[in-house]
Amino acid sequence: MERLDGRLGFWSAGPIALMLTAFFLAPMVVIAAFSVMPQRVFEFTQMPDFSSYRVIFEQRIYMPLVWSLGMALVATLILFVICWPLAFAMAKVFKRFTLVVTIGVVMTLFVSENIRLFGWILTLMRGGLIEGHLRAWTGLSFESPLYDIPAIVFGLVYVYLPFMLFPLAQGISMVPDDARQAAVDLGASRWRVLWEIELPLAAPGIMVGGLLTFVLAAGAMAEAKLLGGQAVVVISDEIETAFTFGQNWPLGSALAILLIAIIGSLAVFAVSRLDLDALMGRKRS
Amino acid sequence: MKPGPRTTIALYLYGILALAFLYLPLVSVGMASISQARYLTFPIRRYAFEWYGEALESDTVAGLLATSLKVAALVTLISVVLGFLGALAFARYQWRFRSLFQKLILLPIFFPQTVLGLALLMWINALDVIPDWRTAVLAHVVWVAPIATLIIAIRAYSFDPALEEAARDMGASTFTILKEVTIPLLMPGVVSAGLFAFLLSWGNFPLSLFTTGADSTLPEWLYARMVSGYSPLVPTVGVLSIAASVVLIMAAGLITLAVRWLRARQLARIDRQLAAQVTTGRPATAGPASPAADASFVPPAPAAACE
Repeated sequence: MERLDGRLGFWSAGPIALMLTAFFLAPMVVIAAFSVMPQRVFEFTQMPDFSSYRVIFEQRIYMPLVWSLGMALVATLILFVICWPLAFAMAKVFKRFTLVVTIGVVMTLFVSENIRLFGWILTLMRGGLIEGHLRAWTGLSFESPLYDIPAIVFGLVYVYLPFMLFPLAQGISMVPDDARQAAVDLGASRWRVLWEIELPLAAPGIMVGGLLTFVLAAGAMAEAKLLGGQAVVVISDEIETAFTFGQNWPLGSALAILLIAIIGSLAVFAVSRLDLDALMGRKRS
Repeated sequence: MKPGPRTTIALYLYGILALAFLYLPLVSVGMASISQARYLTFPIRRYAFEWYGEALESDTVAGLLATSLKVAALVTLISVVLGFLGALAFARYQWRFRSLFQKLILLPIFFPQTVLGLALLMWINALDVIPDWRTAVLAHVVWVAPIATLIIAIRAYSFDPALEEAARDMGASTFTILKEVTIPLLMPGVVSAGLFAFLLSWGNFPLSLFTTGADSTLPEWLYARMVSGYSPLVPTVGVLSIAASVVLIMAAGLITLAVRWLRARQLARIDRQLAAQVTTGRPATAGPASPAADASFVPPAPAAACE
């Protein structure tokens, strides 16, 4: 049985593993190769000179990366705080309503993110859904919060909410009620229960949720372009510019490699520490 | 420790608020799509559906729909096949590189799509291929197939390997087991994976942006229009694209309900037949109900239940 399992596993994994090798891992190798080429070449057969990395640090082109990582971090922290109560309620308090929230949140994922962000422009702009109605009804008005850095963070929080919410809820559902009850019986305060029971026991969910939102937000572009105006250039935008208008593939590749190195090491670190069988399957150890 | 009634009510309100927050921008898009004015301001003065007429008659929109549709359909087909096999390797079989394979599947999901799109564009260029909608299919599959794998894997985790082993012990070949046991059991997962695959591909923007070449999908076109200033067609086409997703989801829901109802009716019929056999069977075996007489009408039961 074991040998048969081994063979079947190997063959059924084959197609998708081949596909990912050819179209996910191979492009990464190509980018890495391009990133060490001299400036403005279009093939990776020349002598590597690592000039792109020097250019990035000498001309401070790394600033978009700093902005992206910073905004992603802020968005992740905000998301953790606003999703925790909802995730807790979905795992422990809501009964049928959990299904309603789940379906309601999943449905938004199927709407293209740029349509949803465009909806926020219509909602928040001057003469938009909120300001327009407020002025018509009360005569009051306010400046549009759009086209600034907080608007970009807001967009990230909005778009990546599901990626924090569901892993958190999954993590909290793994906290045994008995452990919480025992702590309460022994006189622990609500905060102490949160700090010493719930957060540590829900750690796998927190890790997946935090990492997923951070990684996806760090590479996001539409939020900054649509809600942020030209307030700040994010890393994906800078990479795209280097590839298209700049016609400088090595520079774009080096920027991409820097981003991939940072988020990739985070992702690999987290993924390697997860027990997927326990998190996804029925097997709860 | 159950939270008190006040906390519970507060949490319900919070949940409702969160849903309202998620859907508020879509309300704005919906309202904007039925505003008659060329330059939108709220509150809307006059509602009209004329932009829908314009959008539906436009050849551009028809072309975009066709491109998005064929991309999504192909992505669904490929992702479900890859995901089905991948899920078995992910969750079901114990094999040597399983844990490495699980990590490989997760990587594309833990990866910013914009960067993935750019990386693929470079790879396509390096291979000397001219990007068009077919390369976009490829790009979508890189991201969607792992998601399909995970969805089917969740289902595969919950099925009992003993069912497959029993079939094997009774002499079924690997192919027969796949056809008669594995596929029917994983079917619900396959259906939801297919639905996810289609919808995620249909709405995808960051991957399409870099990999469609001269072709354009709906989200791409909408984005190009959004950054070049307001056009009343943007909310209208946006709503049409959402409506297409909603129709698909509802169709899938209805089909699922219908299948469940048919199956329940079939089971009820089998139950009735069994009950009839029991009631008519008893008088036939006259005399005290001996174990042998009982055994004589037991065999039909499992046979009928298996149908």
